[in-house]
Amino acid sequence: MISIQTEDFDVGAEYEALRASGSGTGAVATFSGLVRDSGDLSGVTGLFLEHYPGMTEQVIQGLIESASQRWDVRKARVIHRVGRLALSDQIVFVGVCSAHRGDAFAACEFIMDALKTSAPFWKKEITGDTEHWVEQKDSDLDRTQAWE
Amino acid sequence: MTDQNLTVRFFARLREELDTESLELPATPGQTVEGVLSELAARGGPWAQLQGDQPVMVAVNQAMAKPSTPVTPGDEVAFFPPVTGG
Repeated sequence: MISIQTEDFDVGAEYEALRASGSGTGAVATFSGLVRDSGDLSGVTGLFLEHYPGMTEQVIQGLIESASQRWDVRKARVIHRVGRLALSDQIVFVGVCSAHRGDAFAACEFIMDALKTSAPFWKKEITGDTEHWVEQKDSDLDRTQAWE
Repeated sequence: MTDQNLTVRFFARLREELDTESLELPATPGQTVEGVLSELAARGGPWAQLQGDQPVMVAVNQAMAKPSTPVTPGDEVAFFPPVTGG
């Protein structure tokens, strides 16, 4: 299930929902991404996140399907927030349950890495008096490439 | 919006710098993404960056596309900077 939303999310509740995915599930891997005080700029006080509604959900659905073909994925959950976010706010959640930890770790990391370089979201860093659209990083592209 | 037109959408930095979220263009036979880019870049000013040094990504009907991708009446064409979510 995929949610793109302005509201915050509750990792505990998401974990419980993944845990309830069936008696064959032996592992749940989750990742949360937070707003940090430095990125392209230092002294970041918040972020603005924009997305392409419709295409975003389709791209993430495709990533979950790709992950399901490579690893044992019993259930996957992706939440991504948009709009204005403050320091330490939660931005993104990826959770995967599998029979074993190896598949859960790998599928979770793959979905997160590929989301960063293929899902149509754009981040703007806000400092005291300036705004800056974040540039795509070669290191992020390298991480996605490494899964191919 | 009519089916004879293309809907062109812009996101993030491009949306701001072009001061445009979306516009309609008449579709022409045999048109490609490259043709749409050339037509818009010819407007000059900030529009020239569509064929400038900075990478511009494109999606046709919400799927990633290339300059050579054909576009037909009713299509939604979107231009945006490289993505930076997560």
